[in-house]
Amino acid sequence: MIGGLFIYNHKGEVLISRVYRDDIGRNAVDAFRVNVIHARQQVRSPVTNIARTSFFHVKRSNIWLAAVTKQNVNAAMVFEFLYKMCDVMTAYFGKISEENIKNNFVLIYELLDEILDFGYPQNSETGALKTFITQTGIKSQSKEEQSQITSQVTGQIGWRREGIKYRRNELFLDVLESVNLLMSPQGQVLSAHVSGRVVMKSYLSGMPECKFGMNDKIVIDKQGKGGEGATGQSIAIDDCTFHQCVRLSKFDAERSISFIPPDGECELMRYRTTKDIILPFRVIPLVREVGRTKLEVKVVIKSNFKPSLLAQKIEVRIPTPLNTSGVQVICMKGKAKYKASENAIVWKIKRMAGMKESQISAEIELLPTNDKKKWARPPISMNFEVPFAPSGLKVRYLKVFEPKLNYSDHDVIKWVRYIGRSGIYETRC
Amino acid sequence: MTDSKYFTTTKKGEIFELKAELNSDKKEKKKEAVKKVIASMTVGKDVSALFPDVVNCMQTDNLELKKLVYLYLMNYAKSQPDMAIMAVNTFVKDCEDPNPLIRALAVRTMGCIRVDKITEYLCEPLRKCLKDEDPYVRKTAAVCVAKLHDINAQLVEDQGFLDTLKDLISDSNPMVVANAVAALSEIAESHPNSNLLDLNPQSINKLLTALNECTEWGQIFILDCLANYTPRDDRESQSICERVTPRLSHANSAVVLSAVKVLMKFMEMLPKDLDYYGTLLKKLAPPLVTLLSAEPELQYVALRNINLIVQKRPEILKHEMKVFFVKYNDPIYVKLEKLDIMIRLASQANIAQVLAELKEYATEVDVDFVRKAVRAIGRCAIKVEQSAERCVSTLLDLIQTKVNYVVQEAIVVIKDIFRKYPNKYESVIATLCENLDSLDEPEARAAMIWIVGEYAERIDNADELLESFLEGFHDESTQVQLQLLTAIVKLFLKKPTETQELVQQVLSLATQDSDNPDLRDRGYIYWRLLSTDPVAAKEVVLAEKPLISEETDLIEPTLLEELICHIGTLASVYHKPPSAFVEGSRGVMHKRLPARTGSGEGTECPDVGNAAGGSAPEAAPSIIPSQGDLLGDLLNLDLAPPTTTGPTPSTSGMQMGGMDLLGGGLESLLGGDIGGSPAMGAGFGAAPAVMPASLNAPVGGGLGDLFDLGGGVGMPMGAYIPPKTVWLPAMKAKGLEISGTFARRAGVIQMELVLTNKAMSVMTDFAIQFNRNSFGLAPAGPLQVLTPLGPNQTIEVSLPLSTVGPVMKMDPLNNLQVAVKNNIDVFYFSCQYPISMLFVEDGKMERQVFLATWKDIPNDNESQFQIQDCHLNSEAASNKLQGSNIFTIAKRTVEGQDMLYMSIKLSNGIWVLAELKVQAGNPNYTISLKCRAPEVSQCVFQCYEAVLKN
Repeated sequence: MIGGLFIYNHKGEVLISRVYRDDIGRNAVDAFRVNVIHARQQVRSPVTNIARTSFFHVKRSNIWLAAVTKQNVNAAMVFEFLYKMCDVMTAYFGKISEENIKNNFVLIYELLDEILDFGYPQNSETGALKTFITQTGIKSQSKEEQSQITSQVTGQIGWRREGIKYRRNELFLDVLESVNLLMSPQGQVLSAHVSGRVVMKSYLSGMPECKFGMNDKIVIDKQGKGGEGATGQSIAIDDCTFHQCVRLSKFDAERSISFIPPDGECELMRYRTTKDIILPFRVIPLVREVGRTKLEVKVVIKSNFKPSLLAQKIEVRIPTPLNTSGVQVICMKGKAKYKASENAIVWKIKRMAGMKESQISAEIELLPTNDKKKWARPPISMNFEVPFAPSGLKVRYLKVFEPKLNYSDHDVIKWVRYIGRSGIYETRC
Repeated sequence: MTDSKYFTTTKKGEIFELKAELNSDKKEKKKEAVKKVIASMTVGKDVSALFPDVVNCMQTDNLELKKLVYLYLMNYAKSQPDMAIMAVNTFVKDCEDPNPLIRALAVRTMGCIRVDKITEYLCEPLRKCLKDEDPYVRKTAAVCVAKLHDINAQLVEDQGFLDTLKDLISDSNPMVVANAVAALSEIAESHPNSNLLDLNPQSINKLLTALNECTEWGQIFILDCLANYTPRDDRESQSICERVTPRLSHANSAVVLSAVKVLMKFMEMLPKDLDYYGTLLKKLAPPLVTLLSAEPELQYVALRNINLIVQKRPEILKHEMKVFFVKYNDPIYVKLEKLDIMIRLASQANIAQVLAELKEYATEVDVDFVRKAVRAIGRCAIKVEQSAERCVSTLLDLIQTKVNYVVQEAIVVIKDIFRKYPNKYESVIATLCENLDSLDEPEARAAMIWIVGEYAERIDNADELLESFLEGFHDESTQVQLQLLTAIVKLFLKKPTETQELVQQVLSLATQDSDNPDLRDRGYIYWRLLSTDPVAAKEVVLAEKPLISEETDLIEPTLLEELICHIGTLASVYHKPPSAFVEGSRGVMHKRLPARTGSGEGTECPDVGNAAGGSAPEAAPSIIPSQGDLLGDLLNLDLAPPTTTGPTPSTSGMQMGGMDLLGGGLESLLGGDIGGSPAMGAGFGAAPAVMPASLNAPVGGGLGDLFDLGGGVGMPMGAYIPPKTVWLPAMKAKGLEISGTFARRAGVIQMELVLTNKAMSVMTDFAIQFNRNSFGLAPAGPLQVLTPLGPNQTIEVSLPLSTVGPVMKMDPLNNLQVAVKNNIDVFYFSCQYPISMLFVEDGKMERQVFLATWKDIPNDNESQFQIQDCHLNSEAASNKLQGSNIFTIAKRTVEGQDMLYMSIKLSNGIWVLAELKVQAGNPNYTISLKCRAPEVSQCVFQCYEAVLKN
């Protein structure tokens, strides 16, 4: 299991050091600094073995988190734990920075004591932790309160406490998708997939039993057989994973998504689709080398969705060679700039409706070089945001039942929003 | 409130100031001081001098302060054990606190203090906490047992904590169950043979129930524990799989990977024709793909594991090639791993896409990645024959880019392509030669030189090219030097007229001016070959080379199986067994995949059947463990390669020359020796002795004629041949499994071997040698394995043995130590042969001589044995024994008891006389053996028993 956990700043100074196992000595702290943080060349692996000691690390801005062990631990679990650790810290004090860590080091030690025992991760749901690890000094707790805390920390529904009350029962569902594309210069889709998340923010009283439904092809087809006509289109979901509140065995057996949600925000599910994706934009590149010192680039983007919808925050990034000396750009819409520090022309358009087309052309002057190596031609990448789900996913219902309290499904105010963003959306040129 | 100020106090006299503050009356000041102490501790300053002052702050109702003091205690208690005792009282008191959070905190901290005296005091509070009414305390106490076990294992056993821990597996709270499972699993690792976890269908059922209810971490503990269980049959296996599959949709990747581990392992037991097996295979792919959208570090872990899964069950992900395409922004470690998997999944169906991608990658920035991409193109060419042409042209395109390291890498892989498809793509040689000057890496230079030497006849200026390399001969690496030597000799043999001078030059450079023994020896061998017999030299140096195999970097199957059992863990990330990176005994136990247990298993494993069947002299396969002296002995005997296969094939073209040469050289030497060996007919040397064991009759026929003169007239039954046993299991010999037996057929002793290749690569170059043994057994000819042994192929070979080899008494007498060599390695094992192999056909003594000898041998040399449960009558027994050259000379009947007198002659001239008493109706025989060398009696008796009972 995890033998120790260290947090360093970008210089390699230790900010937090907690050792759980006897086989990890103080020298491990230095070994990691010398061999990884101060290493001359770029780190080639997130797992490093130094003198039979294994170091797992993740970086958040310029902070290094490292878990150390001498045993054959579950590597996936160690990384999941490090991410969780980051989440918990962010939930407590915001951004993970040197300043914040130093300011909260007592709290961090307290958290580390609670969520990692002898190197075994324990309940690390922020909701539960916040009930008894506070920085406001210790409140005097009544006996009932204490046993309520412990039963929540160890309980079957560790993510929600009893006795929550809201005057207005309300819930927000966000379907957030990121659409990924890799396209060949000829316009052939090399790979495309949507990775989506359903984020739920709930302000519901009591212990509400929820059921979530969407236009999952498997469910719709099953119902279609039952005689009910399937309305609208259904989508084929390649795979999905759920927050730990969702009853997995029920999903496996009936493909129904039922759960008692944590209070506040949670990521209910993640999913991936690869079929029938709506690609909101198409990028058509044209790069021509004119002699050895000049490049001509022309890029056309076409929006491919309903004309009534508006895409926002559109940004096209056209890489330029390292030996670029000057760039002239002409674009029909938006603003374009050559950014020498990023080796790219960045073209920004605030808004663009569906079924439209826009174009940019640029002349790139190059310095003559002796470098024999050809320019690698990184792909043209794109960023955007559209108000629909490129996978085609639709929320069909989210039903809420709370048998003990007197509010029904109809009393809950529900909001659904769809946002499609670009993931890695690249066209090779 | 900002705590960062605590990090900045670095004044002198700080300790002194802190001491004062710690002893302050004001609570706030105390707390501030403790915080400063902890901050100093974190930075690595020694604040142990403050121990008594900090411990004094322990008695407080402020939980935050208490936790800080505990943190300090955990760090320094070990260095101040006497002072630490001061804290015990508070701990014991806290364990009784009404607040469960404090009780748990106390027991948790106490377990982290590794001081013997404190541990003693820990037992009572721990016992109470294990039975606490609050689950939070119980789950903490469960982990504490593991802590205590780590400090003092004996104490934990003596106090009976293990049983309490086992009881917690049935606890009503799922988190307590999960922690108990984690603690027990850890303790069990240091007691590999104890049945601590005691997994049985009932306990498994409890675990599966808890699995649905506990936290994500608890699910991981339980799944990892489940993976160690071996279901009783395919039914149980399926029902566990059914209950584990829902975990594949968990958001936590570690839960998913641990579930995959359980499924991959238990799938082994399911019959492949089962519908469920196919369903399960289909269910595994999507979650694996989903893992690739996790954070990059997890992607890396997932990819390392997918690499194993793809090797074990390629069918799972065969349609998912696209998801492994490299993204421009992937971290380099993810890119490299994806590339590896792409090559593994490459097939005729997707090769066009893969090649287009690889070509794209070859223009990227990262040098390592580009090199690997180029190498991958070469591997595709070798793997998918239809794509070879396209690969070669892609490689040529890349060479045209003139990027130095791309060119070098391309040339190395093109050499391999030449090895796989000889005489197909030689048209590209001209392009390659153009880039000669830009090569500065040894591997690329060596590859280019190999190409020039191999195709010297097609390259007009081959001599000039090689000569240009020769100029800086001594500055080259050994690899290049060896290759250059061989290439020039090849050139000379192809174009002798123009290159005499060149070859002279390189030979003298290699033999006179070099200090490298490999180079020198190779030089001398070439020199002598060329000067004595140029025709032979040509045969040796220009011999046809075997093709290289498709996949060279697959993980060896036994290791792969072990790694599959470690999916998700570090072992699967390193692709090494835990023993390679974990110290001590913990967790280094070898894990194995379960064997398929169908209904008809009896017929599948003949070995098991035999073991139950009789008392045949079958020693369990014993591998010679220490290779010290013995290795020396065996190595002195010089392993000979087979005579007929010609030059040794070797997977890497680089070492070719040396190996070839030795093979060729010794070949002729050995050939002569065999011809002269007295025991063997010359026919054996020439005719390949590869014959299936069942077809021995016709082969024996010819030889039998010769030996008929000896007098084995009309043998009623064949000689007794013990059943084949496994002598060398595959896992000990890098995939080579050897089983076999000994037989005496028509006067010739034969070792009948079954060689099975359980590795992924082709095996060639088999040779065999024996260590000195009691009866001078030695191979009478080389081990004749004519064709390379492909993966999963089995070949049966009969090796004729002579008894004229060197003699050394072994214990047991009939022990034989054998070395088998192939292109991979040399393996050692020992086996026992039935001594009846050595009973010669002319072992029938004259009656008078028998009587005289019987009397002559002192009674001390007589030994008596009982043969039980034998239901033959004396006539049948006599007949049966005669088949094995045990001759009945006389028979007498006294009071219903048959007395058979028999004689045996061993190959080394030792006579054994026997008296066998058979009483009608009594299945127990008595046998008396008399011999001048009484040591053999035991072995002879074993043979009697074996012959009579089979």
